[in-house]
This record gives sequence, C-alpha cells and structure tokens, in this order.
Amino acid sequence: MMKELNRMCMEFPAKSCNEGFARSVVAAFATQIDPRFDELSDLRTAVSEGVTNAIVHAYSDQTGERQLVRLECVLYPDTIEITITDFGKGIEDVQQAREPLYTTAPEMERSGMGFTIMETFTDDMFVESKPGQGTKVFLRKVFSVHK
Amino acid sequence: MKFELSKAGTYLIVRIGGELDHHYCDIIRNRIDPELMEPPIRNIVFDFTGLTFMDSSGIGMLMGRLRIVQAIGGNACLICDNKNVLRILEMSGVARLFNRCKDISEAVRGA
Ligand SMILES: Nc1ncnc2c1ncn2[C@@H]1O[C@H](COP(=O)(O)OP(=O)(O)OP(=O)(O)O)[C@@H](O)[C@H]1O
Ligand SMILES: [Mg+2]
Repeated sequence: MMKELNRMCMEFPAKSCNEGFARSVVAAFATQIDPRFDELSDLRTAVSEGVTNAIVHAYSDQTGERQLVRLECVLYPDTIEITITDFGKGIEDVQQAREPLYTTAPEMERSGMGFTIMETFTDDMFVESKPGQGTKVFLRKVFSVHK
Repeated sequence: MKFELSKAGTYLIVRIGGELDHHYCDIIRNRIDPELMEPPIRNIVFDFTGLTFMDSSGIGMLMGRLRIVQAIGGNACLICDNKNVLRILEMSGVARLFNRCKDISEAVRGA
C-alpha cells in the first residue's frame, strides 16, 4: 500500500467559470509532491476534460436541479488520484463514449476527444456511469518526482 | 485568458493568450463569428503565441471557425509554439487542417 499524504474534496456548481478554478485547485494541491512541470500540465488538461464534461453534458437535459460537480483528490508520494463525480443524466454506453471522435454534442462544437485526452494524459482512467444517476471518472497520474 | 481581434485586408487576426477552455471558447466564438460575416474578411489567423493551456474545447472552436472560412472561400492559419497545445492539436488532427505560420506577417503576407 502506498502511503497517503493528503486528501481533499470539494463541490461546486456545474458552471463553466469553475473549469479554470478546478484545474488550479488540483495543480496547487499536487504541488506538495513537487511534480514535473510537463506532467502537471498533462494532469491539468485531464482534469479540465473531466470537469468540462460534467458541466457540458451531465445536466444538459435539466433545469434548476441540484447541478453539482464533486472533485476529490488523494495524494501519495508520487501519485495523485482524482475522482470527478456528477449527479446528472449518466452515459448509456460508456465504451462507445470513450471512442475517439465520438460525441453527442456536435452542434455545441464538441469534438469527441475528451475521454481520449484523459486516457492519454494520465496513467489510468476508469469511468462508471448509471443513466439517470450520474457519472464518476477516476484518474490516476504517476509523477516522476524530483529526488 | 487574453483575447484581441484585429484586421488586415481580408484577414481577421485573433490573438489568444493564457488559458483557453470551454468557458472562454464560448466567449471568443461569439466575438469572432460576427466579424467573419463582414466583407472583405474571408481568412482567419489564430495567433496562439502566449497561449499556455488548451483542452478539447479549443479543438471544437477551431474546427467551427475553419468550417466558416472554408464556406466563404477563405483559409485558416495557425501560429502556435506551445508544446502542450500542439500536442492536443496534433492528436485531434486539427494541426494539419490549418496553414501553419511562424508569425503574423508570414500569415498575412500579401494581404
Ligand atoms: N459527465 C458526463 N455526463 C453525461 N454524458 C457524458 C459525460 N461525459 C461524457 N459524456 C458523453 O460522452 C461523450 C464523449 O465525451 P468526450 O469528452 O470524449 O467528448 P465530447 O465532450 O463530446 O467532446 P470534447 O471533449 O472533445 O469537447 C459526450 O459527447 C457525452 O455524450
Ligand atoms: Mg468532453
């Protein structure tokens, strides 16, 4: 078992102005283990994709409900684990959603690259979704920390 | 995010710096599109010098503007030297759909 160094959890409304906020929070939180700059950039991009998906897709068919995004981070000596949870409409077919260029929102100029980018820019990605209940995206990034 | 629009002949020049995400793509799109409807503008140049972050939202925004200028018989040019941004542009195939230039004077040569 890796030694857990720190953890945090926050919840914010699914508003686009929180995308930059979420990226900054994760980057600031990871600073504790002094990650390499390029690896931290990759992590910021992956987080941005996950949070943007929750904001763009999860609540697209609802109005006025409790539209929240939860962001949880657990920090280990050389690893960060991130879980992005929404309580929205969920994904019918996760396998299909993860395919490059697959999007249900071309009219909103989405390109279908979000999951592909998350997968490429992290070491592990798991997606759990229940239609009508929400989606959970788990990301793990291992850093080659400075010695 | 830093954003600046200017014109040179038939070229609309769009300078974007800082972080480009879904939030700012929505804002930028609404500023660019009316300008593309104004003759003689039919070409677009994206100057990403100083852009430090972009995610998939930027891909969609670029593809959308590319489609507009192609529909009015123009072309699209991209100036970008940030490694992270280029990686996203290349992964998605957007990079090769744009003319790549090293600076604005090269992009609007003969404008
Ligand atoms: N949190 C979510 N809730 C509901 N549906 C989602 C969620 N995340 C992703 N999806 C679905 O999965 C599809 C693929 O997601 P992905 O991020 O790969 O592409 P995109 O968001 O459509 O486009 P891009 O990320 O390139 O802007 C989406 O079009 C959407 O239908
Ligand atoms: Mg997406």
